[in-house]
Amino acid sequence: MSETLLTVDDLAVEFVTRDRRSTALDGVSLRIGAGEVVGLVGETGCGKTLTGLSILRLLPRTARVARGSIRFRDLDLLALDELRMRGVRGSQISMIFQSPGTAFNPLFTIGSQIRHIVGEHQKLSRRDADERIREVLVSVGLPEVERVTRSYPHQLSGGMLQRAMIAMALVNRPALLIADEPTTALDVTIASQILRLLRRIQEEQGFSVLFITHDLGVVRTVSDRVVVLYAGRVAEDASTPDLFREPRHPYSRGLIAAVPRPATRGRALASIPGSVPGDPGSIVGCAFADRCELAIDRCRAERPLARTTGPEHEVACHLASLPEQGWS
Amino acid sequence: MSVGTAPPLDAPATALPLVRVRGLVREFSVPGESGRVVRAVARVDLDILEGEVYALVGESGSGKTTLARCILRLLEPTAGTIEVAGADIGRIRGDDLRRLRRQMQVVFQDPAGSLDPRMSVLDLVAEPIRAHLRTASAQIEAEVVALLDQVGLRRVHLERRPHELSGGQCQRVAIARALALKPRLVVLDEPTSALDVSVQAQILNLLMELRRSHGLTYLLISHDLSVVRHLSDRIGVMYLGRLVEQGPAAEIFSSARHPYTRALMAAAPSTEDMPVRPVLIKGDPPSPANPPSGCHFHPRCWLRERLGCPELCETIEPPFVQAHARHGSACHFADRMTADQPGEVST
Amino acid sequence: MAIGLAQPVVGAPPRGFGHRLRRALLTDPLGFFSLVVIVLLIVMAIIGSAMAPYPMQGEGASSVTTRLFPPSWAHWFGTDLFGRDILSRVIVGARGALVVSVAVVALAMAIGVPIGAIAGYSRGRIDGALMRLTDLFLAFPPLLLAMAIVAALGPGLDHAALALAISWWPWYARLARGTAISLRERPFIEAARSIGIPDRTIVLRHIVPNSLTPILVQATIDIGTVILAAGSLAFIGLGASPPAPDWGLMVAEGRTYILDQWWVSTFPGLAIFVAVLAFNLVGDLLRDLLDPRQNA
Repeated sequence: MSETLLTVDDLAVEFVTRDRRSTALDGVSLRIGAGEVVGLVGETGCGKTLTGLSILRLLPRTARVARGSIRFRDLDLLALDELRMRGVRGSQISMIFQSPGTAFNPLFTIGSQIRHIVGEHQKLSRRDADERIREVLVSVGLPEVERVTRSYPHQLSGGMLQRAMIAMALVNRPALLIADEPTTALDVTIASQILRLLRRIQEEQGFSVLFITHDLGVVRTVSDRVVVLYAGRVAEDASTPDLFREPRHPYSRGLIAAVPRPATRGRALASIPGSVPGDPGSIVGCAFADRCELAIDRCRAERPLARTTGPEHEVACHLASLPEQGWS
Repeated sequence: MSVGTAPPLDAPATALPLVRVRGLVREFSVPGESGRVVRAVARVDLDILEGEVYALVGESGSGKTTLARCILRLLEPTAGTIEVAGADIGRIRGDDLRRLRRQMQVVFQDPAGSLDPRMSVLDLVAEPIRAHLRTASAQIEAEVVALLDQVGLRRVHLERRPHELSGGQCQRVAIARALALKPRLVVLDEPTSALDVSVQAQILNLLMELRRSHGLTYLLISHDLSVVRHLSDRIGVMYLGRLVEQGPAAEIFSSARHPYTRALMAAAPSTEDMPVRPVLIKGDPPSPANPPSGCHFHPRCWLRERLGCPELCETIEPPFVQAHARHGSACHFADRMTADQPGEVST
Repeated sequence: MAIGLAQPVVGAPPRGFGHRLRRALLTDPLGFFSLVVIVLLIVMAIIGSAMAPYPMQGEGASSVTTRLFPPSWAHWFGTDLFGRDILSRVIVGARGALVVSVAVVALAMAIGVPIGAIAGYSRGRIDGALMRLTDLFLAFPPLLLAMAIVAALGPGLDHAALALAISWWPWYARLARGTAISLRERPFIEAARSIGIPDRTIVLRHIVPNSLTPILVQATIDIGTVILAAGSLAFIGLGASPPAPDWGLMVAEGRTYILDQWWVSTFPGLAIFVAVLAFNLVGDLLRDLLDPRQNA
């Protein structure tokens, strides 16, 4: 097991408005090793984006951390003061988003914006900074680096902007990159290029990635390990091949079975009945119990904790604890 | 350029073209530059047979959405003909156009956005009935409830507004509304892209069931190849306004006859165990306002590169050629691609 | 075969308008205050004469024995040059103020909203023609227009109202056009076209109802502004004429002796101020109440 870079432990996040308080994350724990790509997967409202934002302390004003801790190297991120946190953002931990257009200020050139990020965190001379910028833009496969540096965001295509955003996130050589649905808004062929690029740079430079997505196919392509979130809780945490070969949580199985694939052509897809619960914090037992065909009384009464069912394979389900039972 | 009208093997008995498109062109003028036009659809021929699911596949700028809107007459074609059930619909207006609408309906990509936020489910589904049929108002509610029942919704949903429904429920309302006039053709414009995986599965199942029970014909527009593979009988692949390949779904997926199609297949991520596939596509897609000469795909084409960049690709637009009655493509060197290896070239 | 019957959305049911109104009022003192004022104005408009301590003077009867009395227990707001109780005149004058401003705003909306909605939805030549018409009316200086109408038709509150409505409708046309343009591209409008709904029905049933929020908010604020404008017109003699208890007229009448008998102009002036402020605040409140639901 590689050295651990980031540990999220029992993280709980609530939304507090004038008349309501609802739980969005209800005890999420995960671990990211050095040089590891961890996929965080789930459907709308499961809390995956919120988890990413929590790590960087970029939560919206109405959200607050109710309990838990996030440790990055030897830092306790939730306890850090804002000034030191800003030192972490963009240099030790970076984030890229779904729509590259929103990462860039339309009024400034790409070059000047990246230079700004460099200047915030490193003390480089102008010449060294420009050299670093050129280096990182080349590394993301952008042609005509000089032209791109002088361009404004609207002058670049979606694919090029996405590469520029990745470059901006990597310019200060972060140890961890959080990628929130970076290819969802892109065409299939461009997306595959970007995913390939990310994999390549990640292998070359050795940084870790937390890859947040709802697309199971993408997560399979890009990650070493997958964490499946449901209703603000971790359902399953396994290596990518293990998860897809032998998913052990009923939700993971349902999700994977619902994706159309060659074998299902012309036949009905297995679908999960019901819908996601609104406020997971108020559920006593397993959040998935209402929709699970295997649910027993214990599932509704007692919340399942993550159990190890194999090497690097954890499942939060009462029925999946013993791999020898041949349960599948 | 005939596309071959022999019916697919598993199509229902009456396999006549419900929709016939010949030489369709749709241009848009470039704002700010007088005289310059963008050819969103450039001389497309295709047939949609009654009872089948025909999928139009392509990325942004391919023209698939524009083509669908021309068929639906939400846009008027610049040139070419469109025949629906034998009638030329390219230039009809007014009441004729309104009557035509009863035969073709559409389900849009944005489930909540395609419903008027101020209307109740009852009003939304009843709207087409009220606009076209002389149904007595006492009976309208009964018809709406029957439609809701077909899509898996209940009476209790009648008074709800779109913002009180989930994405999947909104899309069911949209489907119910599309069925209200008993159309023959339903255009599905990315019907599940905005939905979660589990909801998508429910909606896809619903669409399949409705097609069987109502004898519908679907024109499916999608960029998601797994959905296309799951639902369609025949597929048309578009690139920068041109139809570059058309054929039965199984053949397109196993042995495509255009390098772009193969690149598309190779790029689509899958949840299944796949051998590592080469990424076959290079560079960014060109702008539809400024398409490359000859074959639009040539600057990004892996096949051309493997063959040593023959000049033909740059100079002559490849004609659409039928390999056999049902499968054709527009590539000078289609035969040089081997049947199974996606990136391999035969010598 | 399982179609997957849809369940109702789980979670807290959406809050009704009434509930949100109550919550907004409890947390927003200014909003609460403004609503109270408006209710008071409406009550005064309806039963003014019954509320006023000296109803006949409110209507205009003079009382020579009580000229220019300062504020006292008998006359809370004092009396004017003709001995009339100013409080009564302010109360009775509320009807005129409200009726005129609501009439003006309603008329301006009735003219402007259809023009703007049709222009925004149609675009092209129709849009161009309608917008040039709108620009034409926008260019008329309201005051000049009012004077022209009064010169042609004679003085009077109704003529002042007509002049104001003619000056005001272009703003609604612009507003309606803007919302129509943005709505036009929304999927549900395209869906309506695909169903075969004729354009005029689309404008009437889909565009206009969905444009109402910004228009209603503007209309509410405008009621206050029109009160001010009508008051200004009366001030320069182009609106109501004596002995009507028009607030603007009352301010004008007290102008000449404002330094010594300050109350004659001040209280009607305050009435205008409070009314305009209340309508502005209610407009803001309305925007907050209506908008979240509109962001579908």
